[in-house]
Amino acid sequence: MPRIKDIKKVLVIGSGPIVIGQAAEFDYAGTQACRSLKEEGLEVVLLNSNPATIMTDKDIADRVYIEPLTVEVVEQLILKEKPDSVLPTLGGQAALNLAMEMEENGFLREHNVRLIGTTSQTIKKAEDRLEFKETMEKIGEPCAASLVVENVEDGIAFAEKIGYPVVLRPAYTLGGSGGGIAHDLTQLVEILENGLRLSRVGQVLVERCIAGWKEIEYEVMRDGNGNCITVCNMENIDPVGVHTGDSIVVAPSQTLGDKEYQMLRTSALNIISELNITGGCNVQYALNPDTFEYCVIEVNPRVSRSSALASKATGYPIAKVAAKIALGYTLDEIKNAVTKKTYASFEPMLDYCVVKIPRLPFDKFISAKRTLTTQMKATGEVMSICDNFEGALMKAIRSLEQHVDSLMSYDFSHLKGEELLEELKVVDDRRIWKIAEAIRQGISYDEIHAITKIDKWFIDKIAILVEMEQKLQNETLNAETLKEAKRMEFPDSVIASLTGNTEEGIHDMRHANGITASYKMVDTCAAEFAAETPYYYSVYGSENEVEETNDKKKVLVLGSGPIRIGQGIEFDFCSVHCTWAFAKEGYETIIVNNNPETVSTDFDIADKLYFEPLTPEDVESIVDLEKPDGAVVQFGGQTAIKLTESLMKMGVPILGTSAENVDAAEDRELFDEILEECKIPRPTGGTVFTAEEAKEVANRLGYPVLVRPSYVLGGQGMQIAINDHDIDEFIGIINRIAQDHPILVDKYLQGKEIEVDAVCDGEDILIPGIMEHIERAGIHSGDSISVYPAQSISEKTKQTIAEYTRRLAKSLHVIGLINIQFIVCGEEVYVIEVNPRSSRTVPYISKVTGIPIVPLATKVIIGAKIKDLGYTPGLQPEADYFAVKMPVFSFEKIRGADISLGPEMKSTGECLGIAKTFDEAIYKAFIGAGIRLPKHKNMIMTVRDEDKEEAIEIGRRFVNLGYKIFATKGTAEALNNAGVKANAVNKIEQESPNLMDLILGHKIDLVIDTPHQGAEHSKDGFVIRRNAIETGVNVLTAIDTAKALASSLENTDIKKLTLIDIATI
Amino acid sequence: MKAFLILEDGTVFTGTSIGSKKDMISEIVFNTSMTGYLEVLTDPSYAGQAVVMTYPLIGNYGVTPDMESKRAWPKGYIVRELSRVPSNFRCEGTLEDFLVAQDIPGIAGVDTRALTKILREKGTMNGMITTNENYNLDEIIPKLKAYVVGDVVSEVTCDKSYVLEGDGPKVALMDFGAKNNIARSLTNRGCEVTVYPAHTSAEEIINSKPDGIMLSNGPGDPETCVSIIEEVKKLYNSDIPIFAICLGHQLMALANGGKTYKLKYGHRGGNHPVKDLSNNRVYISSQNHGYAVDASTIDASVAEEAFVNVNDGTNEGLSYVGKNIFTVQFHPEACPGPQDSGYLFDRFMDMMKEVQ
Repeated sequence: MPRIKDIKKVLVIGSGPIVIGQAAEFDYAGTQACRSLKEEGLEVVLLNSNPATIMTDKDIADRVYIEPLTVEVVEQLILKEKPDSVLPTLGGQAALNLAMEMEENGFLREHNVRLIGTTSQTIKKAEDRLEFKETMEKIGEPCAASLVVENVEDGIAFAEKIGYPVVLRPAYTLGGSGGGIAHDLTQLVEILENGLRLSRVGQVLVERCIAGWKEIEYEVMRDGNGNCITVCNMENIDPVGVHTGDSIVVAPSQTLGDKEYQMLRTSALNIISELNITGGCNVQYALNPDTFEYCVIEVNPRVSRSSALASKATGYPIAKVAAKIALGYTLDEIKNAVTKKTYASFEPMLDYCVVKIPRLPFDKFISAKRTLTTQMKATGEVMSICDNFEGALMKAIRSLEQHVDSLMSYDFSHLKGEELLEELKVVDDRRIWKIAEAIRQGISYDEIHAITKIDKWFIDKIAILVEMEQKLQNETLNAETLKEAKRMEFPDSVIASLTGNTEEGIHDMRHANGITASYKMVDTCAAEFAAETPYYYSVYGSENEVEETNDKKKVLVLGSGPIRIGQGIEFDFCSVHCTWAFAKEGYETIIVNNNPETVSTDFDIADKLYFEPLTPEDVESIVDLEKPDGAVVQFGGQTAIKLTESLMKMGVPILGTSAENVDAAEDRELFDEILEECKIPRPTGGTVFTAEEAKEVANRLGYPVLVRPSYVLGGQGMQIAINDHDIDEFIGIINRIAQDHPILVDKYLQGKEIEVDAVCDGEDILIPGIMEHIERAGIHSGDSISVYPAQSISEKTKQTIAEYTRRLAKSLHVIGLINIQFIVCGEEVYVIEVNPRSSRTVPYISKVTGIPIVPLATKVIIGAKIKDLGYTPGLQPEADYFAVKMPVFSFEKIRGADISLGPEMKSTGECLGIAKTFDEAIYKAFIGAGIRLPKHKNMIMTVRDEDKEEAIEIGRRFVNLGYKIFATKGTAEALNNAGVKANAVNKIEQESPNLMDLILGHKIDLVIDTPHQGAEHSKDGFVIRRNAIETGVNVLTAIDTAKALASSLENTDIKKLTLIDIATI
Repeated sequence: MKAFLILEDGTVFTGTSIGSKKDMISEIVFNTSMTGYLEVLTDPSYAGQAVVMTYPLIGNYGVTPDMESKRAWPKGYIVRELSRVPSNFRCEGTLEDFLVAQDIPGIAGVDTRALTKILREKGTMNGMITTNENYNLDEIIPKLKAYVVGDVVSEVTCDKSYVLEGDGPKVALMDFGAKNNIARSLTNRGCEVTVYPAHTSAEEIINSKPDGIMLSNGPGDPETCVSIIEEVKKLYNSDIPIFAICLGHQLMALANGGKTYKLKYGHRGGNHPVKDLSNNRVYISSQNHGYAVDASTIDASVAEEAFVNVNDGTNEGLSYVGKNIFTVQFHPEACPGPQDSGYLFDRFMDMMKEVQ
């Protein structure tokens, strides 16, 4: 079927800010889809509130709107741009929900706009629990006994009928938000109440618990002619009970016979056909491990995280094909872009094994529960490819960048016998390490399986790794054992420590015996056809397939690994743009990365893609083979920066700012010298290694002080200490993770925080703009609301900042990007942090100023001068609109995480508000972040004493907006005394009615709670904030944020927003 | 114990011996299925060949009752890695023990991807698996070159006819090396199936007055089946509805003046898209064939092309003009592989009903 001719202008809806359950995979899918649509000559209008994405680039779409994802905005945009079609299946649940709302309220029909990809009837059939169940019953596909309930009573009655435990799944939520397993009445009521509230339609499915069954997924494609194929199936190593996003997943399935495989495959095809899906779809199954019985768990009628994984695991570009199908093409008309010989109707065959491990944020949320449930908690994931399972698992483990490199990295050897068995029952992110310990202690496969329900095939694979550890430990190392250990992808460092050698020793022994990595191609067809796409993975003990290329200069671009708090999609944006810029300059580009969700690991971004861990050893193997002319580390976040030294040892020139100068910015003493030389003030401080030294420095400076490890990302481990006790606690936490570098203790200055990104060519600098944080210093820059252009600093200060930036960039010999954070107190400007690399704000500032910083920096790295690139050096003129970058958090997903903001970053994503006035920009940013007010016009205020004065003004403004204020005694008194009406309520430890009752009453719009600094955060405040978050109440913990919210609400109306096409900036 | 795989082009792969320790010489072919290694091993179409599995992890679910015939047929078995501890609720043992019991020599630890690439580039070739470390290439290679698959149909077909009960239409199944699921697909639809040895005369079949005739899959070069082709021609003339799969499809084409040719490296796997030209629908099929019918040699007044392979455009099925005969190159009985084209058995059922 040729493409439908009357589709000419398509609106693609993105997924919005990165939150847990909806991450970079939708940037990957959306970018691929937009490119695929443009390839067909269509005009593409893009809407996505997330400025850090590649899809919101003017290279990707014709018209780009970085506006909040609300029905009002989409409708206004459709009126403005008049697209003939909307493609909603590539922007995750967020886009799908918007499309459904516009379909249900008749807007699309009224304006003659069609949904392409998948019809609204299909979406409803797949997503509405009741309709889905009826559809499955109709075609004889089994679902677990279940009932959709809209109130708690019905849920209790049904659970009594089918028996506990029961699984609860709210309808229309992201990443299983609000779901869980209830083992008894109390748990049922708790989870059900929460789920009903979070569901867009107030429905929760109560279902027979099939925990412990195998969890299997199929990725299916179907075209308008009814042709369907499966792209891939995947098996979760963690059985049903752990969200697939939090499970270790292997592709293809390993423990299914052809009977089981084909039974589920046929079922998946029946389902996609009955639902009449055109495009991609994901079907999840629970398979009874002891029979052929199975249940359909869920169907996602759209591109999903699993489909991103399946695309990278097989090389089959699901989003691209889905976009072509939406235009009317059939599978047999779409060429397989990898083989260029086969068609999209060919099912990929793997001749390797893929392992995905989730990246969980427990290193950021120390107080959070590590247990894994049906509610997703992972912020990102890593994937690895190898020709054996053991190797794939080992590679994936070290790709996590969580100080793990083997099955010995979490030590459970102190637990013996019963204790270990008890620990094995706890389902958390360290389960495979516990199984490894159980095997070491001689616990039988049967017993481990009985507790964990993990298939014995996987347990045996873990045992094979443990046996190798023991062999290395107990026997003299010979070439044969070394070869076998490398086949299983034991890193040299681990072999060294097990055998009592040095890493260099092992490295040399390998090379002496010809034991080196070779690379195989991901070709979608198990070598049946010659493929043209150079997408590689390493193996040991096999023939190398990489063809040597020498005709162009070669550059190695190091990616940023898994998405985690502090290192998000922004760095993928930078890596991809840098790659494109190098390609434009005539370089051959090579990307190394291990994140399956991102654009950078798409098969056609670089000339060559190596899907590999980002450790020195893994990178060295690639360097040995490719012999690149240089490597770029400044775009891949801390992951890439950390490889600088190793790359230099390998003899690879670092392009751009040199390693010594990167070091100079991190090394306290060197940096102090440079500041002195440049005559730039910085908060006084010192470098320490122990708590005693830290206390001495702190007392000399006077509290409060900022304590942080050097060489960290996203302020990890950074804290404000107000007394000696805090220091003891913080240093303890910092030292829990291996610390090669010193700890910094600085005087804490409470001023305005200012941030700049600049390009420097060694002489001149280019500053696209100055950004100001709404929150005062002390809150991590990634968690602050950032405003461009800076609002409250004088012209003179701006010039000072530009001048300091120039001096610093020059004396650090920066070639490329630099990011500097300043504190402004009055007219005094202090430097608090310098990063001679790309930063989180680069995509945002590029888009709102229209200055393509990454391509410019890349050109500078190659040798161009700013003057020759069409720019006048220095601070660029300010734009005539305002742009606000708003952090977005995923606190509701992480039980037990403290949500109060501080020097350690906690946000998972960001959204943008851009408008002609500041108030409208910040209003849009709040809306984009999901803060939609007013609703009930009730709010709670509980602020620390220092904030009382400012709280009075904020209170007054909210009262004027019609709000009723509830406040704890002290705050209420202060408000009332100042003539702002406030109702005093009891604290939570006091009798009812108290704050908690108010929050749980579901009538509160907003909580403004500013916690005390230091370690002694009141337990009271913590409980209030957690409960508010878990019941969906907005919580602000900084007084400045509250002030900004008030202004935005005073001045703006959601129905009258002006929409700005970023592509015209 | 070490084992060696020696190809007729002189390439030698070193690995570990699995299964029987005896030497073997055969044609080497690769199969890309990720599951279904038992169905592959017990598919009689592999008689005279050694199979390379391109999926590297084999034997994961052990030996289950999923046999497609009474024994394993390949002369040799080549894998990347054989699973040490299989796991499945139906698992009855390890694949290693099965290979030993079936006396099939094999080799593990081979870079199967490199091997597959050789077969893809140079075409299917002969090879040897041996555990003799002192092999002599000068002696072996002429032997490898001399090897021919030969008349394997006679080896794999049943000795005498037998009946599988059913109360529906009577089907005569010509066993050229039939996979069990062909008969099962018919008996599941209520047919009474009589299975006949490959060399049964057409007269005997016709005289038994079946409602339909099924020509099965089977091994080897179709053109060597000269006498069978004669009988198939008589069956063609009988006006009894006929459905043929794989070798049966090729023999029917040869019986009607068509030609077959050897594919460079065949189609063996569970992912080949075939297009049904009657409705332009594409189905993913299970495939196992080294020869194909040359569609250009088929007289348009005799048969029309009914299916084509989406990847390489080769013929995948014929519909005989004015006859109740249709034949396919792929395997609608699946096992292993996708069940998408199972509807063809329903089509055969409908055909038999219409004639009645």
